[in-house]
Amino acid sequence: MSALYLLIIASLLVAIGFLGAFIWSVRRGHFDDDYTPSVRILLDENESGSSVPK
Amino acid sequence: MKADLNITIENPVHKKHTCFHCGETCKDEVVLFDAHEFCCDGCSVVYDLLKENDLCGYYNIGGAQGISPDAAYFSGKYDYLDLPEITEKLLEFTDGKLSRVNLLVPKMHCSSCIWLLEQLHRLNPAIRSTVVNFPEKKVRITYDARQIKLSQLAELITRIGYEPYISLNDVEGKQIKKWNRTRLYKIGISGFAFGNIMMLSFPEYFHLSESISDQSLGNLFSILNLALSLPVFFYCASDFFKSAWSALKGKYLNIDAPIALALLCVFLTSLYQIITQTGPGYFDSLAGAVFFMLIGRYFQDKTYAGISFDRDYKSYFPVAVTVLKDSAETRVPITDLRSGDHMLVRNQELIPADAVLLSPRALIDYSFVSGEAEPIERKAGDTIYAGGKQTGLSVELKILREVSQSYLTQLWNSDTFTRDKENQNQTLAARINKYFSVIVLGIAVLTFLVWALIFKNPEVAFNAFTTSLLVACPCALLLSSTFTNGNLLSLFGKNRFYPKNAHAIERLSRINTVVFDKTGTITQVNDAEVEFVGKTLTEEELVMIKTLAIQSSHPLSRMLVKELSDTTASRRTLSHFEEIEGAGIKAFWGKTEVKLGSAKWVGSASPIERMDNASHVYISVDSKIRGYFMLKSKYRPELEKTVKILQDEGFETYLLSGDKPTDKTLLTPVFGNESHLLFEQKPEQKLHFIQTLQQTQEKNVLMIGDGLNDAGALRQSNVGLAVSDDINNFSPACDAIVEGNQLIRLPAFINLAKSGQKIIKLSFAISLLYNVFGLTFAISGKLSPVIAAILMPVSSITIVLFTTITSNLAARKWLKN
Repeated sequence: MSALYLLIIASLLVAIGFLGAFIWSVRRGHFDDDYTPSVRILLDENESGSSVPK
Repeated sequence: MKADLNITIENPVHKKHTCFHCGETCKDEVVLFDAHEFCCDGCSVVYDLLKENDLCGYYNIGGAQGISPDAAYFSGKYDYLDLPEITEKLLEFTDGKLSRVNLLVPKMHCSSCIWLLEQLHRLNPAIRSTVVNFPEKKVRITYDARQIKLSQLAELITRIGYEPYISLNDVEGKQIKKWNRTRLYKIGISGFAFGNIMMLSFPEYFHLSESISDQSLGNLFSILNLALSLPVFFYCASDFFKSAWSALKGKYLNIDAPIALALLCVFLTSLYQIITQTGPGYFDSLAGAVFFMLIGRYFQDKTYAGISFDRDYKSYFPVAVTVLKDSAETRVPITDLRSGDHMLVRNQELIPADAVLLSPRALIDYSFVSGEAEPIERKAGDTIYAGGKQTGLSVELKILREVSQSYLTQLWNSDTFTRDKENQNQTLAARINKYFSVIVLGIAVLTFLVWALIFKNPEVAFNAFTTSLLVACPCALLLSSTFTNGNLLSLFGKNRFYPKNAHAIERLSRINTVVFDKTGTITQVNDAEVEFVGKTLTEEELVMIKTLAIQSSHPLSRMLVKELSDTTASRRTLSHFEEIEGAGIKAFWGKTEVKLGSAKWVGSASPIERMDNASHVYISVDSKIRGYFMLKSKYRPELEKTVKILQDEGFETYLLSGDKPTDKTLLTPVFGNESHLLFEQKPEQKLHFIQTLQQTQEKNVLMIGDGLNDAGALRQSNVGLAVSDDINNFSPACDAIVEGNQLIRLPAFINLAKSGQKIIKLSFAISLLYNVFGLTFAISGKLSPVIAAILMPVSSITIVLFTTITSNLAARKWLKN
């Protein structure tokens, strides 16, 4: 039965880890803007300016 | 003159040219630059700047459309940003070296805007990084304050077309909304606690901890449950307690009061059970209820980022104006303006304070304040009230009263602006809740008394009392209204109708009177029906007229230019341009003298009377009158139908205009009754008219307006609806914003709001069924944690599903096309 004690503590620690990750991401502003990053990922960082389309 | 003679008049070519930068059809002379065509110098300058910095990738992004830089920009416009007191208020962060500023750029509209704004560091190395928040139309710029000044930064982004919008509101106090994050923390923590408490309660549900060997394990689980529910109770649910407490202090019951009571009772009972080891408590239901309610609230309060509903005059006024001191120009924040100062107001700039005109002549556009469509001419010595816009040349003015004392700003000192609409009448959920809470509390007390006095079993009595409060918790009621309103908000938003919050939807459902403003609301600003009276003009004459009209900033000229958009103007053959304010314009086209303006200006002998409610622009070529253009204000085409539908559905309709009663005959058949048309109304009169409707006739009034002149009426009405053709543009404080072309669907929007109220009532009936079911267990003292734990999420999920599905169906019904 003592294994259960360990397992419960471990499971709680894992859950707290995820909660911490969530709080960290909110604090870093990951939830402030849910649109721009989806566009940003499609844009090339170093777009060459030489190719001007007709 | 000689040079002019040699130039052959170029053929007016009718090929469509599209601007390489902004993508618009070139209405003016085409500017050729670097083998691309541009509609104006501004666009070619932006292209040049981008090309120089190797940023032409901008044009490669699909759907890229540049912005033509604002022609009204003048150097020194942003100098006031370098005043230490303004810089300090605008900066988010600075350490003397690196500074960070968050600027509102309403003009960004596509993915290439994001790309370009985030490449600013390539235009100027002093800019370290830029991050765009597209939904809020904000760009956060980190820059080296030692190398570039804030004014230069603003100038740079203005030069590429993205003029930052800096208003007095920003300068007077920063309101960084952090509530969103706090809410997310609370949802996250309560969700975490809910899941874990449920897991730890499983042995309890299946009576697994009854043997003696499992006893200590059961205790551990109970203690862990208690520990997990502490943050839920004290942190996540704190808003319910705070709001309930403030309502109680104000001596009324809001929806949070019974919720807070139920949460408190459940928490205390569970605590008691765990300490006395008489039971496992109801922590799982507690955490679950808090979790679901927080999600509902979040969903409902998630409003449209980037749309502001709370603008007052401060948002319209410039932050700084040019003040002349000892004949030197300085930019001074308008809060520092003192009476007696001399200020210089340029074309299209707003006059921020009541002032006396010093320049010989000014043409003031009051459409912003009075709804008057045509600019008014003022002469030296006249008093000019704040809120007018100068059109034409710069004028000098002497300030009479400080900004906060001005005639226009006085409106905001009215009582109407200090009251909070949200607290005036309670929501449907709160009203139902009043009865609901009383009944539940009655049942709970009765149960307690029966168990305690008749069966003499205080233990069960206490348990039955708290569990009946738990199952009958009004959280289902809260969920039905929050999820219905939240879903409606997003459905309305998809149809470009943006209510401020759930309260606005509810008030909208009770509207029975609709009041329209005229200018800008039912007429289209800067757009007119133009008709030419006279012998048909030749192609060349059209080019002449357009070229001439382009030179003038008079609104009539601008409308003419717009009307003649198919004609390509050519500046090359125009000379000796002259504009006489209040009369007209003239110039030479090659050798021909062209005049455009009033009947008197062109020398027309028979100025026809103004019978047709229109403005006239006469044209003469070589002193021969060719005819005149008739410009009539253009009504939104769908207006008549919308008003008709509203009237058929039993709404009373009124028109409230600040304009002259020119179109009275035209509008009377639309509104049915002449007494429903009111003209020449001042802003305060509009406010009082709404007030009278509300008080003497007990009407629920929907006011539809657009300008600052409607601000008082919008505020006083039950629902103030602002019409805007560009929602990111600036509309006065209101409860909802609608896009101009969606105004026709107003009856449908009201119907949907009404359906929303029905859905809330229906879902409340469903939750009542669950409550009766749960209460029968609770009253008999047999509500085990497992039943509570099943009942609570099942009822919540049914309610959420029901409200979402039905509100979507209702939206499909009303907003089909």
